[in-house]
Amino acid sequence: MEHFGYGTMGYDVAHMLGGGVLLLSFALLSQRRIAALINIYALQAIVLAAAACWQGFAQDAPHLYITAAIAFAAKGVIIPLALHRFVHRLNLSGSVDTALGIFPSMALGVALVALAIMVVLPTTSQSQALTREDLALALSVVLLGLLMMITRRTVITQVIGFMSLENGLILAAVGVEGMPLVVELSVAVLVLVAFVVFGVFFRRLRAQFHSLNVEHLDRVGSAHR
Amino acid sequence: MMPDWLPPAALVPLAPLLGALVLTLVRDARAGAIIAIIASAAGLAFACRLPWLMGSGLFVLVDPLSAHVAILTAFVGFTTAIFSYRYILVELASERIKASRVRQYHALFMSFLGFMLMALLSNNLGVTWVAIEAATISAVLVVSLPRSANAVEASWKFFLLCGVGIALALFGTVVLYLAAFPALGSGYAAMTWTELARAAPDCRGPMLNLAFVFMLVGYGTKAGLAPLHSWMPDAHAEGPTPVSAVLSGSVLNVALVVILRLRGVMQANADAIDPGPPLMALGLLTVLFAAFSLWGRRDVKRFFAFSTIEQSGLAAFAIGLGGVAGTFAALLHITVHTLAKSALFQCVGRAAQRKGAQSFQAIGGLIVSDRALGLTLATAIIAVAGLPPFGLFSSEVLIISETMRLHPYLVPLLGIGLIVSGWQLIARLISLCLGEPSDSPGPAVSWVAMIPAWVHLAIVLGLGIAMPVSIAAWLAAAATVAK
Repeated sequence: MEHFGYGTMGYDVAHMLGGGVLLLSFALLSQRRIAALINIYALQAIVLAAAACWQGFAQDAPHLYITAAIAFAAKGVIIPLALHRFVHRLNLSGSVDTALGIFPSMALGVALVALAIMVVLPTTSQSQALTREDLALALSVVLLGLLMMITRRTVITQVIGFMSLENGLILAAVGVEGMPLVVELSVAVLVLVAFVVFGVFFRRLRAQFHSLNVEHLDRVGSAHR
Repeated sequence: MMPDWLPPAALVPLAPLLGALVLTLVRDARAGAIIAIIASAAGLAFACRLPWLMGSGLFVLVDPLSAHVAILTAFVGFTTAIFSYRYILVELASERIKASRVRQYHALFMSFLGFMLMALLSNNLGVTWVAIEAATISAVLVVSLPRSANAVEASWKFFLLCGVGIALALFGTVVLYLAAFPALGSGYAAMTWTELARAAPDCRGPMLNLAFVFMLVGYGTKAGLAPLHSWMPDAHAEGPTPVSAVLSGSVLNVALVVILRLRGVMQANADAIDPGPPLMALGLLTVLFAAFSLWGRRDVKRFFAFSTIEQSGLAAFAIGLGGVAGTFAALLHITVHTLAKSALFQCVGRAAQRKGAQSFQAIGGLIVSDRALGLTLATAIIAVAGLPPFGLFSSEVLIISETMRLHPYLVPLLGIGLIVSGWQLIARLISLCLGEPSDSPGPAVSWVAMIPAWVHLAIVLGLGIAMPVSIAAWLAAAATVAK
């Protein structure tokens, strides 16, 4: 596709937006305050929506605009607002415990990005430049989301890590030319449904543990082993 | 008559899903259970027509493999719905589940069953993925229904691990589409199982490898393969027992069927790695890990959940062996294990209700206190332990002889896993069923309640002693589809 050759406008903008999503993943990893985490997540979703929009324009695939709209409305606006409300109502604002300090987790994050590039670029040597790099960026975002879920201890940060991991999935799906709508829609549905599930969990967890710290969750394992 | 846009095979998942919709409106516990039985019976009846509906479309795929596993899933769903009727009434009486939750229980159970069947019969990787994801959400919600702190914890772990697994599987699906792109172009073809199988030699091998890794880890999580199996013991131990009966069969089968189809695509491509060794390694690791995890468990359902993980690992190992013989053994093993394990969980559920607890300490001497229940449970454990004359003995012998032929050095490792787990199962049989009976505060269990479990065990016994030629041919056809 002529829009996406190396050095063209299409390539540059798509690359910049994909890189922006990855950069915000690092920002999520470096942040301890919950309110700021939610805001960064919202920003990541908005950049993702812009990336989907740009792909829709450049690939001439109008259905990607729907993906972009869903990402913007649900993940950029509604979910962050609801999360803020939760945090406010449950009095959770403040900073997060980390299992691993900020610097080591950032260093690990850089290593994961290097890993993603080393895995993706050689296997995709026959694909066009943009697809390859988009996939490498998306895989990096997925891995950073996983890292965040592992190294942050509260339920709310695990949820944000999980949702940013899903942002990586959408980034992968929109970057692939001609991918049928099924995937994008399903991911969007997943996020909405997942959020309902999460919401229910939050309320119950609050009632049962008076705290959203996941260390309480080790009880099943240790008591009944 | 049927409208054109609705293929007859689509009725199989649609029946339980419609049942789930109706059930969201039914408050009464008995009426809800009866509607669930009717909906799952309809699903089973439609599934039994599948062998005469072979063919594939854009979204529906009916071949011997999917038809076989769909019939199996629908059958277990049906008998478990019958089992649920009485189980839920007892749980209500003992106030372990609130009356307001029962409606959710039946609706979620049916939607879980419906989405499982949809995943099996879908020809589109995207639809398969969405169905598995929806089934996971239903299962998570069912596990959290008892609303004890432990059930909430278990469902949270279940959700996080399976959510991550499913996310990785979706990434694998995107990469698989990219791998098939040069061969099939853009659009639905590159996401269709039948087209992928046809065009596999022209796909990009290195990208297939990447897709395989992500899908193996992703769907492997759902199949309970180590190291991402840890959701399974918690979900089994804390959720309602009928869910354990279905979870230990269908989720695992659906995930293994996806892996099986993927193996076919990988094998047809010259540039891709051989999928056998990774599958065998993961399977063997799971068998050994789960076998040694059986030691020292105090919770009965947790114990049998580890046994399920072990059997799933064995099936994955057999899939990794490859060839028609290995796949045949894997399919036979999946079939008999699903039937025997769901019978076993039905007995365990009754026993836990009778004794008012689900720890090994609280349950003992079942044969003396409840003869029918105790004998059925003992039979089910013998079947699951892989002892003759039951079907699991045949499938395990097939797997071991095929291993002996292809990779003889793996036989000792596999043997250690099987012997350790069989030994543990028999030791537990003695403590559960024999000896002095423990206190029995719960309601007595009549032999009528054991009928679904007897039907399961009778089929397992029949497949072990004298497998009809027609069934052997049917399984061989299913194994050839995915060779």
